[in-house]
Amino acid sequence: MLKKLQILGTGCSKCKRLTEQVEQAAKELGIEHQIEKVTDIEQIISFGGMTTPALAVDGQIKVAGNIPSVDELKRLIA
Amino acid sequence: MKAELILQRRATAKRRWRRPSRKVLLMTVALAGWSFLYGLLQPLSSWITQSLLRLSVDTHFGSAVEFFIYEAPKVLMLLILVVFGVGMLRSFVTPERTRKILAGKRESVGNVLASVLGVFTPFCSCSAVPLFIGFVAGGVPLGVTFSFLIAAPMVNEVALVLLFGLFGWRVAALYLSTGMLIAIVAGWTIGRLHMEKYVEEWAFKAQVGSGPMLDARLSWDDRISRGLQAVREIVSKVWIYILIGIAVGANIHGYVPADFMASFMGKGAWWSVPLAVLLGIPMYSNAAGIIPVVHALLEKGAALGTVLAFMMSVIALSLPEMIILRKVLKLRLILTFVGVVGFGILIVGYLFNLLL
Repeated sequence: MLKKLQILGTGCSKCKRLTEQVEQAAKELGIEHQIEKVTDIEQIISFGGMTTPALAVDGQIKVAGNIPSVDELKRLIA
Repeated sequence: MKAELILQRRATAKRRWRRPSRKVLLMTVALAGWSFLYGLLQPLSSWITQSLLRLSVDTHFGSAVEFFIYEAPKVLMLLILVVFGVGMLRSFVTPERTRKILAGKRESVGNVLASVLGVFTPFCSCSAVPLFIGFVAGGVPLGVTFSFLIAAPMVNEVALVLLFGLFGWRVAALYLSTGMLIAIVAGWTIGRLHMEKYVEEWAFKAQVGSGPMLDARLSWDDRISRGLQAVREIVSKVWIYILIGIAVGANIHGYVPADFMASFMGKGAWWSVPLAVLLGIPMYSNAAGIIPVVHALLEKGAALGTVLAFMMSVIALSLPEMIILRKVLKLRLILTFVGVVGFGILIVGYLFNLLL
C-alpha cells in the first residue's frame, strides 16, 4: 500500500533535515511511499498541528515541532 | 472475552513495570560522571595553568588563561545539562497541550500562565504563524497569545544558563523575572486594547483540527532521545558564541580602560536605554550570540539596566519575526506589539539603572 508522507513546514533548515530523515526511514523500511512538501501556511494549519516541521502519514500528523531519529520515524511511519 | 481482557491488562501492567532500559541506566551513569567532572573543574584548571603551563596567576595573562580554562568548560557543561533537562521536559509540554490549558482562560490568569508555559513549550520562530493561528482560532484570547509569543523567545533556558554561568544568579534571576513580567504586562495591555480587528480575517476562520496528542505514548527512552536531540541541536549552534563570550571576558580585563563604555552606556547617560532598545530591533540573534557583546559591555562599565535592555530588545523584538507575523497581523497590531514590548523593556532598563 502506498504511504503518503507529507512534510509540513515553511521551508526552514529543520524541514529539510526532517525530509532527509523521513526519506532515510522510508527507504530502510522498504515501503512504497510518496513524499510531498506542504509549505502553504493555511494548508499546514488545516492538519491541526501548530509547530513545524511536522510529518503527516496518510493525512494524520505523527510528528510536530521536532526531528525524531530514524528509528523513531520508522516506528511512526510503519 | 473476559479472560482475554485480563490477560491484556496484565500485559500492560508488565510493560509498565519493566526494568529500566539500557538508555535510562546509561543516562544515570552519565549524570554521575557529569557531577564528578564538574566538581573537578576548579582544581583541574588551576593545575593546568600553574603546573602544566607554568603561568603565574599574578600576571594578567596567567589569570586570563585560568579564567578561560575554568569558565569555558563550566558554562558548556551547565548548558548541556540544562538543555538536556529542558529538552526532556518539553516532551511533556506540547503546544497542543498548552493551547488546551490556555483556551478560554480569563485574561489576567491566562497572561501569567501563558508566560510560564512560553518558557517550556518548544517553539522555533519559523512556527510563529501556525502557532499564533492555532492559538487564536483555538479560543485563546489575543492578549494571552501575545504573552506566550513574547515569553517564548525572551525567557529561554540558554539565556538563563549563560547569564547564570557568567554573571551569577542575581543577574539571571533579574532577567527571568523581568522578562516574564514584560510578557505578562505587554500581553495584558494588548488584550485591553481590543485589537482583534487587526488580525487578518482568515486567522480566526482557520480550520483547526483538534490537534494531535502525539507525545502521550512516549517512553522514557524517547524522552531521553528528545533531550539528547536538543543538546545536539542547540549546543552545536551556540558553543562558538559562548567560547567567544568567555574569551572576551577573559581578555578584556585590563586591556581596555574599564570605564571606556561608561561615558556612553553608563548610568549617567539617560538616552542610552532607549538607544539600546532601538539598536536591538534590527539586530537578530539568539540568546547565545548576544552574550559575548553583553559580556564586553558590562566589563567596560556599561550599566546593567542598559545592557539587559539591549539584550532583551535583540532577542524579543526581531525584525524577521515581525515580517513573518505580518502574514496574520495587520501593521497596526505589529507596531503596537513593538511599542508595548519596547516600552516595557525601557522601563526595565531604567529601573535597574536606578536600583543597582
